[in-house]
Amino acid sequence: MSARVVLTVAGLTLREAARRKVLRALAGLTVVLLALSAWGFSRISTEFGGLTTGEARFAAATVLNLVMFGFSLIAALGTAFLAGPTLAGEVESGTALAMLARPVRRSAVLVGKWLGLVAFGSGFVVLAGLAQFLVVQVTVGYWPPQPVTGLALLAGQTAVLLTLGLLLATVISPMASGVVAVGLFGATWIAGVVGGIGASLGNEGVARVGTVSRMLLPTDGLWRGAMHAFQDPTLLTQLGPGFEGFPFLGEAPLTATYLAWAALWVVVVLGLAAMAFRRRDL
Amino acid sequence: MAAGPAARPGGPSPGTARPDTAGLDTAGLDSARQLLADLPPSAAVWCSGLRKRYGRRTAVDGVSFTVGRGEVLGLLGPNGAGKTSVIKMLLGLVRPDAGEVLLLGRPGQDPQARARVGYLPELFRYQPWLTAAEVLALHVRLSGTAVPAAEQRDRLALVGLAERAGDRVGGFSKGMQQRLGLAVALVARPELVVLDEPTSALDPLGRADVRDVVLSLRDSGVAVLLNSHLIGEVERVCDRVVILDKGRVAASGTLAELLGARELRLHLEGVGAAAEQRLAAAGRLTRSGDWFSVALPDDDEAAGVPDLVADLVGHGVRVHAVEPARISLEERLLGILRDGERR
Repeated sequence: MSARVVLTVAGLTLREAARRKVLRALAGLTVVLLALSAWGFSRISTEFGGLTTGEARFAAATVLNLVMFGFSLIAALGTAFLAGPTLAGEVESGTALAMLARPVRRSAVLVGKWLGLVAFGSGFVVLAGLAQFLVVQVTVGYWPPQPVTGLALLAGQTAVLLTLGLLLATVISPMASGVVAVGLFGATWIAGVVGGIGASLGNEGVARVGTVSRMLLPTDGLWRGAMHAFQDPTLLTQLGPGFEGFPFLGEAPLTATYLAWAALWVVVVLGLAAMAFRRRDL
Repeated sequence: MAAGPAARPGGPSPGTARPDTAGLDTAGLDSARQLLADLPPSAAVWCSGLRKRYGRRTAVDGVSFTVGRGEVLGLLGPNGAGKTSVIKMLLGLVRPDAGEVLLLGRPGQDPQARARVGYLPELFRYQPWLTAAEVLALHVRLSGTAVPAAEQRDRLALVGLAERAGDRVGGFSKGMQQRLGLAVALVARPELVVLDEPTSALDPLGRADVRDVVLSLRDSGVAVLLNSHLIGEVERVCDRVVILDKGRVAASGTLAELLGARELRLHLEGVGAAAEQRLAAAGRLTRSGDWFSVALPDDDEAAGVPDLVADLVGHGVRVHAVEPARISLEERLLGILRDGERR
C-alpha cells in the first residue's frame, strides 16, 4: 500500500470537509453549544451560591459531562454522515471511477479516506473540548483531572463510529449508512445506561446488556472512560453507592485490555471495509 | 527501441582464465537480453476470454481483442452490448468472472499496469469543490508521474479550459466537465487512453476537438480505445473496429476488412466490347442495364478513375454518371447486428 496515495486521499478528504458547508455548520453549532454552556455554568455559580463544595463539584462535573456528550454526539453525527457520502456517494456519482483507474490500490484509497476523517473528527473533538474546558474554568473554576486522556478517548470514540460508517457505506447507500451508524451509536449508549442501572440494582442479567453492547461497538465504553477522565476523582467516593448507574458519571477508568480491544475492533472493521470495497464492482 | 545491453561490446571471449560456468551464464544472460530487446513492444491492451455475469444476466461472454501500440481501436455495438463492462474490466474497476487482461505488458490485477493509462469514464464527474487545475494536480499525484504545472496547464488549454483553470468544477456545465475529463485522461503522459463515450455531452465543435485530440494521440504513438455511439466518429479516427453484440465479439477487423473494397458505379451508354474489356480490366465488373459496378482493388483507391473515364470516352462511350460507392460502417454494423438477431 502506497503512503503517497494514502496521504493524498487523506489530504483530499480534509480539503473536502473544509470546503463543503460541513465545517461552517459544525463551527456554528459548536459556538452555540459553547455559549449556552457558558451561560448555564455561570447560572450554577450565581444561583446556587449556597452549595457545598462537594455539591458544586458534582454539578460542574455532571454538566461538563453532559456538554461533552453533546460534542461527542455532534462529532459522531458529523463524521458518520461524512463517511457514508464520501465513499458510497463517490462510487454512485462516478467520481471514484476516474480515481480508481489510476495506479492505486483500493485499500490505500479507503485508508486515506479513513485517516482524513479521523483527523477531521479528532481535530473537532479536541478543539471544541478544550474550548469547553476553558469555559468551565472561567465560570466555575473547575478543570478536569485528565483532560488529555479524556479528549483522546473521545477522539477514539469518533474514530470507532466513522470506521463503522465506512464499512456500512461499502455495502449500503450513503444516507442509510449514516442513519444506521448513528442509530447503533444511540442504541449502544442506551444499552450502556440500562446496564448501569442493572449493575446498581445488582441484577447481573441486565448489567450484562451494557457489557456486551460495549464489546460489540466500543463507542459507549470509550465515552464512559472519557467521562471518568473529566470528573473529579473524589466525586464517586463522596457520593456513595446511591449514584451508581447515573448516566453522566464514569465509574472506572478503562482497562488496557478494553483499549486494546477497541483498537483491534477498529483495525478489523477497517479491514472488512477494505475487503468489501476491493471486491466491489464499480 | 533502444538497443539492449546485449549489444555492449567486450563480452566474455573463449580462452580466458574465467571459470566456464560464469562465461556460460553471462552469455546466456546476454542472449536472453537480446531476445527481450528484439521482441516487439507488448500490445497496449491484450485481453482474452473476458466473461462477466450480473446475477442471471451474462453481460460479457468470452471477449478477446488486442490494441496495438499507437493504434486507435473503436468499440461499437448497441446499448447493453457490454462495451462499458469490457472497458471497466480492462481497468480493474469490475472483476471479471473469467479471462485475462494485460495493459502495456503488465497483468491487469497489478495497479501499476495503469500507471500510463488515461481514462475518461462514460459516467464522468469530478470533485465539485476542487478547481479544474486542482483536479488535474490530484490525478497527477495519484498517477505517481511527475508532470510540471506548465504541462498540466497545457492539457487544460488543449481541451479549451485554460481560462477556467482556477474555477470550481461545481460550476461547470456537463460539456465542460467532459472536456475536463479528457484533460484528466491525458495529463499523466499516458501510453494508452481509454475514452468511453467521450463526446456524449459535447456540441459539434467539441466533437471535432475530440477527433483532433484522438488523431494527434495516434500521431504521437499513443494507443486509444474509443467507445462511441457515433459511428461517423469511429469511422473517421479508428484504425480497427471491434463490434460487440450481446456480450460477444460479433465482428472485428480494419475498416477496409469490415467494409470491403471500394466500388465505382457508372451510368454508361454505347458500351462496346472494347469498352467492356477496359472496364473489366479495372476490376470485377457487374452490370445491370446501363449501370456498371466495378470493384476497385484496395491499393488503387481512386487514382485510376480519371484514366478509366478518359479511356471509356475514347472508346466512344457516353458517360452519364460516375459515383464512388462504399458500404458505410453504419450499414455494415446494422447488417452484422441483424444477422445476430436472426441466428
